[in-house]
Amino acid sequence: MNAVAVAAAPAAVPSPVRQGAPWLLSAPALVLFACLLLVPLAITAVLSFQVFDHTTGVRNALTLSHYTAIASDDYYLGIFWRTFWISALVTLICVAVGTPEAYVLSRMRAPWRSILLLVVLAPLLVSVVVRAFGWSMLLGPQGIVNNAFGWLGLPTMRILYTEAAVVIALVHIMLPFMIIPVWTSLQKLDPGVENAALSLRASHFTILRRIILPQVLPGILSGSLIVFGLSASAFAIPGLLGGRRLKMVATLVYDEYLHELNWPLGAALALTLLVANLVVMLSYNRLVERTYKKSLG
Amino acid sequence: MSRNGPLALLFNALVVGFMLAPLLVVCVVAFTPENTLTIPTTHLSLRWFKAVFAHPDFVQSFKNSLWLATIAATLATALAVPAGIAIARYSFPGREFLNGLFLSPLIIPHLVLGVALLRTFTLIHATGSFFWLTLAHVVIITPYVLRLVIAAVEGTDRSAEQAALSLGASHATVFRRVTLPMILPGVTGGWLLAFINSFDEVTMSIFVTSPATVTLPVRMYMYATESIDPLMAAVSALMVALTALAMLALDRVYGLDKILVGQR
Repeated sequence: MNAVAVAAAPAAVPSPVRQGAPWLLSAPALVLFACLLLVPLAITAVLSFQVFDHTTGVRNALTLSHYTAIASDDYYLGIFWRTFWISALVTLICVAVGTPEAYVLSRMRAPWRSILLLVVLAPLLVSVVVRAFGWSMLLGPQGIVNNAFGWLGLPTMRILYTEAAVVIALVHIMLPFMIIPVWTSLQKLDPGVENAALSLRASHFTILRRIILPQVLPGILSGSLIVFGLSASAFAIPGLLGGRRLKMVATLVYDEYLHELNWPLGAALALTLLVANLVVMLSYNRLVERTYKKSLG
Repeated sequence: MSRNGPLALLFNALVVGFMLAPLLVVCVVAFTPENTLTIPTTHLSLRWFKAVFAHPDFVQSFKNSLWLATIAATLATALAVPAGIAIARYSFPGREFLNGLFLSPLIIPHLVLGVALLRTFTLIHATGSFFWLTLAHVVIITPYVLRLVIAAVEGTDRSAEQAALSLGASHATVFRRVTLPMILPGVTGGWLLAFINSFDEVTMSIFVTSPATVTLPVRMYMYATESIDPLMAAVSALMVALTALAMLALDRVYGLDKILVGQR
């Protein structure tokens, strides 16, 4: 390439070539995402309206019956309701545990601070199946938790294959997603403000409530959005710890696809989950934003 | 600055114990000499690890997962580096759209992607194909590389590239000798993170794998739904060990705290 021409180029008026450069650079990724993300989602949306026949399979006629079945059948509604309350409960526990944990970690001394933060976050990188299996050993009838109960003279409890097991394991999976955003917003705090409040004789509790909490609220909000969204679509945890009877939406979709072979209904269930998830998350976001504006005047 | 009280420290110890408990129990039980899932009391045994390596299904799935994660992470990096440079360096109409599209697999449930891809692969007669499975994995792990590449590019000094250009270096040379070395920690960190996420992925893979292409997490999921014995614990312990190794590497090239907590 000509040196003089190039030297003149940087930061000059964007030529058509320079305008096309970012698209050219993104083109390979764009083609892949179009073929394996946008097109499949569109195909699935169509599939969810197609007629299903148990003998001939998917037919080309269109119908709303899968969606009306989901909206009217108590079996499906029950599973959606269970998925919702389990996700909401997991989110609540993660807020109640993750927020103070991030706060305590941020007040640790130098080496412990980062070591313990890594210990708490590192399970994030271990396969969900491994962690679910670990919990099934801990919570099983002969598991360590029940042995400890027996040792304390308490009766053996059935935890595995109940909602409790699913909630416990989901909290374990989701807690890092809560701690990370709260930790990030705690790092942005100005210690001077806390010291000013202290010098004005605010109690420790008042400082927590009026200085720290309002500033980490955005972190708590984004953390709970992630936790709720991931819990609502969790598959391996309810699959391994909920057993065959206790289904959540994701395991239900799996059954429709691979056992019932009713793909249109499975697609309708999956898309309903996606849309319901988005609606819950967006309205929650809207609600918190509104209260935020009100409290700031 | 005020310190944590004893109550806060106790709370912290409980949370740390809670987070580590399932991983520790897996690693301990894997060494049991017994036939059932029990904590080894008399002595430690490697029999279940031997059983894993003698189990053809697990060995095959492990190889599948290793190849899949290696190829998918490499392809994702090859796509994310130019795309990341485009998004971080240029302002152009459609930039937000591209950024949102490339990061969307982080928000769309893997379940939905699995359902969508199973239907698509059936229509094009690609079910059970390792090639298409790899591409599906590339889609879900590209966002991890992309985020680190964008952060790395935004952190570099543009004048170094401009100096090289003004001295007559071609764009290719500038990329190879100036830009790439500067963003290399982000690229390698992104590759490793993508590798781990591909290696661990189960929800989408369970829909789009066939008996020949079953990955290790999918094999483990299916095995755990049918039978529970210490073999599962041994495989899990091996997974934990492998993840720990990958995390060490990640810490060396990029910094584990930066990956997990983010840039700030």
